[in-house]
Amino acid sequence: MTDLTRRSFLKAAGIGGMTLAAGWTAAARSSEKAHVVVVGGGSGGATAAKYVKRFAPEMQVTLIEPKATYHTCYGSNWVLGGHATMDDIEQTYGALKERHGVNVVQDTVTEVDPERRTVTTAGGATMNYDRLIMSPGIDFRYGAVPGITEADAERVPHAWKAGEQTVLLRRQLEAMPDGGVFVIVAPGNPFRCPPGPYERASMAAHYFKQAKPRSKILILDNKENFSKQGLFMAGWDEHYGDMIEWLPSSEGGQVEEIDVATLTAYSDGGFGEFKADVLNYIPPQQAGVIAQRSGLTGDGLWCPVDGKTFESTIHAGIYVIGDSCVAGAMPKSGHSANNQGKVAAVAVIRDLAGLEPETASTANTCYSLITPDHAISVAGVYAYQDGDIVSVEGAGGVSPAHAPAPIRRMEAIYTKGWYTGIVGDIWG
Amino acid sequence: MMKPVFRIAAGGAMVLACGLVGSQAMADAGREAMITSSCFSCHSIDATGNMPNLVGYPRDLMISQMQMFSNGSRPSTIMDRIARGYSEADYVVMADYFATIEQ
Ligand SMILES: Cc1cc2nc3c(=O)[nH]c(=O)nc-3n(C[C@H](O)[C@H](O)[C@H](O)COP(=O)(O)OP(=O)(O)OC[C@H]3O[C@@H](n4cnc5c(N)ncnc54)[C@H](O)[C@@H]3O)c2cc1C
Repeated sequence: MTDLTRRSFLKAAGIGGMTLAAGWTAAARSSEKAHVVVVGGGSGGATAAKYVKRFAPEMQVTLIEPKATYHTCYGSNWVLGGHATMDDIEQTYGALKERHGVNVVQDTVTEVDPERRTVTTAGGATMNYDRLIMSPGIDFRYGAVPGITEADAERVPHAWKAGEQTVLLRRQLEAMPDGGVFVIVAPGNPFRCPPGPYERASMAAHYFKQAKPRSKILILDNKENFSKQGLFMAGWDEHYGDMIEWLPSSEGGQVEEIDVATLTAYSDGGFGEFKADVLNYIPPQQAGVIAQRSGLTGDGLWCPVDGKTFESTIHAGIYVIGDSCVAGAMPKSGHSANNQGKVAAVAVIRDLAGLEPETASTANTCYSLITPDHAISVAGVYAYQDGDIVSVEGAGGVSPAHAPAPIRRMEAIYTKGWYTGIVGDIWG
Repeated sequence: MMKPVFRIAAGGAMVLACGLVGSQAMADAGREAMITSSCFSCHSIDATGNMPNLVGYPRDLMISQMQMFSNGSRPSTIMDRIARGYSEADYVVMADYFATIEQ
């Protein structure tokens, strides 16, 4: 299968034309020994590592990731809803190593030196790279709201990085009495997975409807509208009556302080006071800490990149993909990160071969479950235009309003299909 | 070290040394590679998941299906929204590629 797969990709890359430009061979020769280092084995990084090997099998690719197993955030809301397990969303690195020849190192990168082109790890290793691809995801800005710090994440889970946090929040929901209030505090834009908080509310409602039907879900939002809003709200009406309430920032949804001891969120200078039985605070976010520490965020919170190649506009030779980067019209999603990984793979290979950069072409799809049998989606196709990544006009958009139940059910089937497909594409 | 040898399925059987093949892949890895590998996010090359399998998909059928998704004559849940993001030339790139790969 490996050989077939490689063969397929070589064909995809357009092998067959046999004309070689003079001078080209030398560039390619030197790149044969090239070492590509990838930081982060999540949606973006694992894809990039695998696709560099697929497009250019002779390159040496090292993937550095601290975790031996990765839990996808996608599907983690299904775990909260009680119809998937942590095992269902667990991914490992065996196929990347054995099937694709990626050198997977279990470690954390602590320092990047863009001048000397080295990375240093917590384990004490220093590694040279010819090109570096970084996909470290997000980190949280706990300082944004007084009263809560990262140390409180046990009592007030974010569950915005899947794993122990997901298990913790699920346990709290299970322990909540019937008639309790589950409060979700949703961040302002931009943040990881724009439809995520609303899918989470839906999945909690699905669970409560069966197990504790007198309970309520309150979303306190730091913005005025949200992804797929019309479709979510219609779905909530249809399936959950008035169980879910959403408060935009202008109506008291903008949380200004949290009292962890009493699980109370305050807004409007204390005028709004919301006592929770289970509190899920999703803090505002920024690029992964290592991206900041490497200077890749400049003066901002996210990493600016060239929309054509995803190369950092701050440090040459470093490509930043996934949630950490500023990718124009593309949302911060696993599907986006996966597509960006392929673009970065092509860009790195071409750059090492001394070839002109190719213009990125990417797509995104985000499915959200409202019930296990009712899903909605948003899609986009993206192109590079005038220095930016833009949505291709006329394409993309959300599922139709007022679609009949069989269509929603079909999308729910494809939601599961999307999951299986994309984790295969990333870690398979 | 001996370089492994791969056979390229396309355009008649060729046998090339890995280093050379790889170098050519490098030279040509471009828009075609990005467009076709983008499909694999949902339509896994290993045919896992329940999305239609594109591996070995008949060329002309692929082109006509993409056209029909795009103009709405083939109903779909999401492919209409996606197909409209690509050009006729892109459909041909996809079709040429998927038709020649094997499971
Ligand atoms: C509840 C929820 C639901 C979601 N649902 C969907 C969905 O349905 N569809 C979708 O497309 N997306 C979804 N997402 C979004 C998706 O999970 C992210 O957008 C995606 O994972 C981003 O990929 P990434 O590679 O940027 O980051 P990640 O996947 O988070 O990977 C980052 C990796 O980098 C590693 N890392 C960090 N720092 C270092 C370091 N210093 N050294 C080495 N390694 C490091 C981390 O351990 C981690 O494994 C969801 C997110 C949430 C929270």
